[in-house]
Amino acid sequence: MLSTVAERLYWMARYLERVENTARLVSVYDKLLFDVPNEITIGWYNLVILNSATDLFEDRYKNQDERNVVKFLLADDTNPSSMLSAIKMVRENIRTSRDVVPAETWEQINELYLFARDNIQQGINRSRRHEFLSDIIKSCQTLSGLLYGTMSHDAGWQFMKMGRDLERADMTTRLLDAGAFALIEVNGDANVNLRQIVWGNVLRSASAYMSYRRTVKAAVSGPEVANFMLTDPHFPRAVYFCLLQIDVAAGKLPKSENVRKVLKEIDTGVFQIEDDRDLGQDFRDFLNDLQVQLGKLHDSIYQTWFPVP
Amino acid sequence: MRPRATGSIRPSAFITREKGLQPAGFQASRQPQSMMGICMSMDWKRYEPQEFFDELVTANGNPRAPARRLISYLGSLSDEEIETRRQMAEATIQEMGISFTVYTEEGNIDRAWPFDIVPRTISARQWSTTAAGLKQRLKALNMFIDDLYHDQNVIKDGIIPEHIITESKNFRPECVGISPPYGAWAHICGTDLVRAEDGEFYVLEDNLRVPSGVSYMLENRGITKRVLPELFENDRILPVDDYCSNLFDTLVSLSPRKIKKPVVVVLTPGIFNSAYFEHAFLAQQMGVELVEGSDLVVSDDDCVFMRTISGLERVDVIYRRIDDLFLDPEVFRKDSVLGVPGLMRAWQNGNVALANAPGAGVADDKVVYAYVPEIIRYYLNEEPIIKNVETFLCEDPEQRAYVLANLDKLVVKPANESGGYGMLVGPHSTKKDQATFAKLIKENPRNYIAQPTLKLSTAPTIVEKGALEPRHLDLRPFILQGKDMYVTTGGLTRVAMRKGSLVVNSSQGGGSKDTWIVETGEA
Repeated sequence: MLSTVAERLYWMARYLERVENTARLVSVYDKLLFDVPNEITIGWYNLVILNSATDLFEDRYKNQDERNVVKFLLADDTNPSSMLSAIKMVRENIRTSRDVVPAETWEQINELYLFARDNIQQGINRSRRHEFLSDIIKSCQTLSGLLYGTMSHDAGWQFMKMGRDLERADMTTRLLDAGAFALIEVNGDANVNLRQIVWGNVLRSASAYMSYRRTVKAAVSGPEVANFMLTDPHFPRAVYFCLLQIDVAAGKLPKSENVRKVLKEIDTGVFQIEDDRDLGQDFRDFLNDLQVQLGKLHDSIYQTWFPVP
Repeated sequence: MRPRATGSIRPSAFITREKGLQPAGFQASRQPQSMMGICMSMDWKRYEPQEFFDELVTANGNPRAPARRLISYLGSLSDEEIETRRQMAEATIQEMGISFTVYTEEGNIDRAWPFDIVPRTISARQWSTTAAGLKQRLKALNMFIDDLYHDQNVIKDGIIPEHIITESKNFRPECVGISPPYGAWAHICGTDLVRAEDGEFYVLEDNLRVPSGVSYMLENRGITKRVLPELFENDRILPVDDYCSNLFDTLVSLSPRKIKKPVVVVLTPGIFNSAYFEHAFLAQQMGVELVEGSDLVVSDDDCVFMRTISGLERVDVIYRRIDDLFLDPEVFRKDSVLGVPGLMRAWQNGNVALANAPGAGVADDKVVYAYVPEIIRYYLNEEPIIKNVETFLCEDPEQRAYVLANLDKLVVKPANESGGYGMLVGPHSTKKDQATFAKLIKENPRNYIAQPTLKLSTAPTIVEKGALEPRHLDLRPFILQGKDMYVTTGGLTRVAMRKGSLVVNSSQGGGSKDTWIVETGEA
């Protein structure tokens, strides 16, 4: 398999995952804010912080209100990670690797792109946002299902899998960070009820609520949620699970020694979390380190398989 | 927090094709035959082919044998039904993402492939003669090219004048003495045929460099099968879809390494090229890698490799869709970023096959064209099966004088252009255009040829709801030569969509039709 094609498939999967995650995130946040008591202010702007896009946002908008944040996250073409930008990137990567993906993939991504582009206003206005975003999520899943069921699970597939799981792992660290940050912001005001709301929504943004309940068999609490999302070996959005999957995929590719070495160095369970006090600034620093390590993993994938620039 | 990683392909500035809306309420129900005459809307009686040869209808208005079933079927459909089918074709084209790029001064625009749903029919009997003529022609042309790069007997024997070669823009001294397998230089040839008033096919030009359009031929059939499925049940329409496997076999036969599975690749100038769609299509259909110049590298021992995830992998055959001059910056244009440094030495040393071979374009010069009948007689000792269009060479003083005196009647073409650029169509030109061309011809007579304005054949084409009018068309079959020879069943029919226009090139507003070779069972 050509290195350039491998690189396009990797990015195609990363962007596809990003589209779905962004849609999920905005959709869940909507519901979270309904549940938060009025006197507590957890703003939409957290989503911008979570995506490390504050500078980009400040360049474009004055008000950190719902409309601007949602517009920025879903529709803004100056934001390379906005949902619409990411859809365009999925499409462009599919267009240029059409010789290796199933033919229907191209039709499917065209459909998703046109739907998103023509209906983006529904995502920005609140009244039909949920419906719009769930259609986007479904369409992403159709595309994933199409690839899973009709594309040969050869080298190209392994690259898509690595792209998808790396993006997922990265997103999960950001979701946890958003939870921790929201609670630090309210400065110890957080009662048990608010903590439950916040961590419950962290789970929901990752579609992890049910799996959490079944696996942990306990009420929602910060430490349990953090441990589950970092170290569970079965849940597909848990960081540890994603890393296991990347290792499996890499193992099926030639010259994977270095990538697997980098993988082994990442320990998602190294940070001890016993009660809510452990979820403060140190926890955020740990998550940041984890992201740096994921970045290194990405670099080693690049150095091993992708074309030299 | 780390900023989110982004990478790979940046969204491009140009627009690509997108999926359109599904036509509403399409029903595949067939009109009962008894309805004919009641809701008959495509009024074939009103259709007048005028003074031209019409592909579907005879001069007195009767359907030609291969078109009989087609016409009676279309006649049975209501206006609405035809319109629905037309919209369905349009939607299918958008859905399948069939597009091409038009280069304009304002930038490059991707357009949906313009397609007319009424197929053009040719009888299988006539086609088999034509196909034999096309093979004969390519075989002779390849012998001619091979001779030019070796002993040049064709010049020594006085068949063609020497200056035609020495002054040709497409003669490549780098190719002298090279012997590609089977003496084949042009492995993929697109020959443009037109049908004149007498109903015979004539060759308009041979494209021996990087002819394009075959993917559209295949996609046209795909669209027609979706839009007029009923006809394929009843009519004996010969299939076209074996092209890609024949192309693959042809390419494999060129491999310098005689191994079981030689590595074949398609080399594209890149994702922004107008024919990228076709390059991806062919690679996908053949199951080979689609590469860009930067994916390939030539080693010190003159072998070609591609950069894969496992390291370098040897490449045996390159179907290149890049012009000669961009192939190798070591030899040709130094500024080419599309090509591969060292590719020519790899080819010269016989370590890789290039299809078409560099230098093959020497024979698709429009001046050489005038000599092709002689070339066929010379190498094969046979009479040409398909005739040339009468051609005046401006370098010959007598012929030039005739051309200059008749610019308003002739079509003038530059010798080395393709795509319908830089042409003068006499009857449709202004005095000013003619003066410009007179000057061009006098300055560089060798670069121009002229041909009579042909009465190109026509076929019924939907111009508005329920209305058919004749539109001019041509035909581009594709011919392959490696170990064996192959001709497509029919080819790509291009239509001049504007009334009276003779220019069929897609870059100049042309469209296309599906081409049916029909078994009529008649002797």
